[in-house]
Amino acid sequence: MTPIEKVEGRAIPFGLKNVDTDVIIPAHWLKTVSREGMGQGAFESLRADPDNLFDSAEFKGAPILIAGDNFGCGSSREHAAWALGDLGIRVVIAPSYSDIFSGNAVKNGILPVVLPQAAIDRLMEVAKTDPVHVDLDTQTVTTPFQDRFTFEIDPFRKMCLLGGLDEISLTEKSGAAISAYEAKIAQTQPWLQPATVES
Amino acid sequence: MNRPRTLYEKIWDAHVVEQRPDGTALIFIDRHLVHEVTSPQAFAGLRASGRTVRRPDLTLAVPDHNLPTTARKDAAGNRLPITDTESAAQLAALEKNAPEYGIRYIDAFAPEQGIVHVVGPEQGFSLPGTTIVCGDSHTACHGGIGALAFGIGTSEVEHVLATQTLLLQPAKTMEVRVEGEVGPGVSAKDIILHITGTIGAAGGTGHVIEYTGSAIRALSVEGRLTVSNMAIEGGARAGLIAPDETTFAYLKGRPYAPKGKDWDAAVAYWKSLATDPGATYDKSVVIDAADIAPSVTWGTSPEDVVPITGVVPDPASFADPSKQAAAAKSLAYMGLTPGTPMNEIPVENIFIGSCTNSRIEDLRAAAAVLKGRHKADNVKWAIVVPGSGLVKAQAEAEGLDRIFTEAGLEWREPGCSACLAMNPDKVPAGERCASTSNRNFVGRQGPGARTHLVSPAMAAAAAVTGKLTDVRELMA
Ligand code: SF4
Repeated sequence: MTPIEKVEGRAIPFGLKNVDTDVIIPAHWLKTVSREGMGQGAFESLRADPDNLFDSAEFKGAPILIAGDNFGCGSSREHAAWALGDLGIRVVIAPSYSDIFSGNAVKNGILPVVLPQAAIDRLMEVAKTDPVHVDLDTQTVTTPFQDRFTFEIDPFRKMCLLGGLDEISLTEKSGAAISAYEAKIAQTQPWLQPATVES
Repeated sequence: MNRPRTLYEKIWDAHVVEQRPDGTALIFIDRHLVHEVTSPQAFAGLRASGRTVRRPDLTLAVPDHNLPTTARKDAAGNRLPITDTESAAQLAALEKNAPEYGIRYIDAFAPEQGIVHVVGPEQGFSLPGTTIVCGDSHTACHGGIGALAFGIGTSEVEHVLATQTLLLQPAKTMEVRVEGEVGPGVSAKDIILHITGTIGAAGGTGHVIEYTGSAIRALSVEGRLTVSNMAIEGGARAGLIAPDETTFAYLKGRPYAPKGKDWDAAVAYWKSLATDPGATYDKSVVIDAADIAPSVTWGTSPEDVVPITGVVPDPASFADPSKQAAAAKSLAYMGLTPGTPMNEIPVENIFIGSCTNSRIEDLRAAAAVLKGRHKADNVKWAIVVPGSGLVKAQAEAEGLDRIFTEAGLEWREPGCSACLAMNPDKVPAGERCASTSNRNFVGRQGPGARTHLVSPAMAAAAAVTGKLTDVRELMA
């Protein structure tokens, strides 16, 4: 996973509310067995419009996406994060996200920044003409016009994003605790073991 | 004395492997359901890192999303190939990965095959008080039997395969209490559509919703699974319904459920899970069951719910300007004009199926409306897709399949079907579908398809009249 610390560049002033993962990546793109190349399908229905933001000369390949409330709602498909990543997006800025989406984003090296609607409105304005700067270390979003917004992020997520860390290796350090838990359950709740079924 | 706890807190506490100082916890996963769409990349990841599956015994794999629902064998009993090459590749990957990692696998031709969320409870693999995950957001479904169940992404699928745990932040708790008795023609689906319309598509964000109250207690397990299934449509991480005698009676004797002394110990434990008197929720909503009518969606968000007796709303009627804009967009996509009575909207397609509404009770409700009737001429495509092979066999034993086919509906093989446009069952662009599934998103049932979410009885009523219809008019 590529670590994230500072991201500066154009921010797509998208702003829509309740953007679900079917819009981010339509279901027919899910029929793959690998993760690459999914950016082509990102926002497919919106990009059918030749004047769409994503393919405009100004915003094509922009590393930041500004969205509305409840971004990434709907289906749990992680393909949404892969599609955004493949499109070149490293940071999404929105007032809120679906829980599943923000988790998937972090796991794939995309920073989901939460800012209040007033800050989003201001950034949408700036983004039309100027770049936006996101600094994960200081937890700030700044603009060339002295705007400075600070955001909260779970410290664990921050560490993973800054270090480009893989979560499985981190959990494997707790292997002994997992084994102890399994041994306790086998003792106290043996019925949790699925019954054997003749096949 | 211990602090009074909610059902959610009890399940959470019982699964903490390791508490972290930042408030997150490593949570043990009791059951992992795997299907063909969200697993290939996870297995590829395991293979690339040289890892194995920690607890194959707690994992169950079954194909459902991509499988065509047309006949799987020819007249001579030979297996028919899957023509879509991408679907075939995903299905082949699961068929190879499951045995390679020692995972129980129900193949496409097994009598138990079906939609993961129908199969889990039906096999007794899903149990009350357990943590259940699956790479599908409607995993919330298993909350209907009192399991803490939620959808995960592919990275998390890989994480669970490798470690049998997930690192999670505790959710906030929300109670949705439905008190009283529902009227005739009102089903579990109408209850959850009404709830979603009331709390909104983001009403439960960050929360686990526990559904309580006499109207919920009165539901069968099938109905409870329908309600909990759509917890995610209200933005919640998961849904929960406390296990009770109805739940125990449903699970007893199922293949993977505990037996003998184990069963008694399990039931004793499950009985201790109910929310303690005096426990508090972070948020509460109370709904009067008498206010719930047969419901239908008009837009492209599951919160866009009106009673069938209502009209298509005017976007200007919403207070929030961004909802006004969203509603106007939805109506343009749906091809609807504000003020149109819902029961005058014609539909060309009918879909009865999905993990929300494909259990035996759902099929009985649809058949009760269709019995002795025929679909309207303007209904071009009407399919009934049982949730599993066992539901299919049961329905056939009861003669429901003949009621459907005599009414002009097609009787299919189990799978996700037209719930999502990943297999051949799709709704054509610009056409409407009265659908018993859970999502009315843009393009969900096919590019340009217009979905109206309804209950099985309401879908059957729409098939008969060729338009969205108040099923109560056909019940007299
Ligand atoms: S029926 Fe629909 S919601 Fe249910 S598991 Fe299949 S695709 Fe997911």
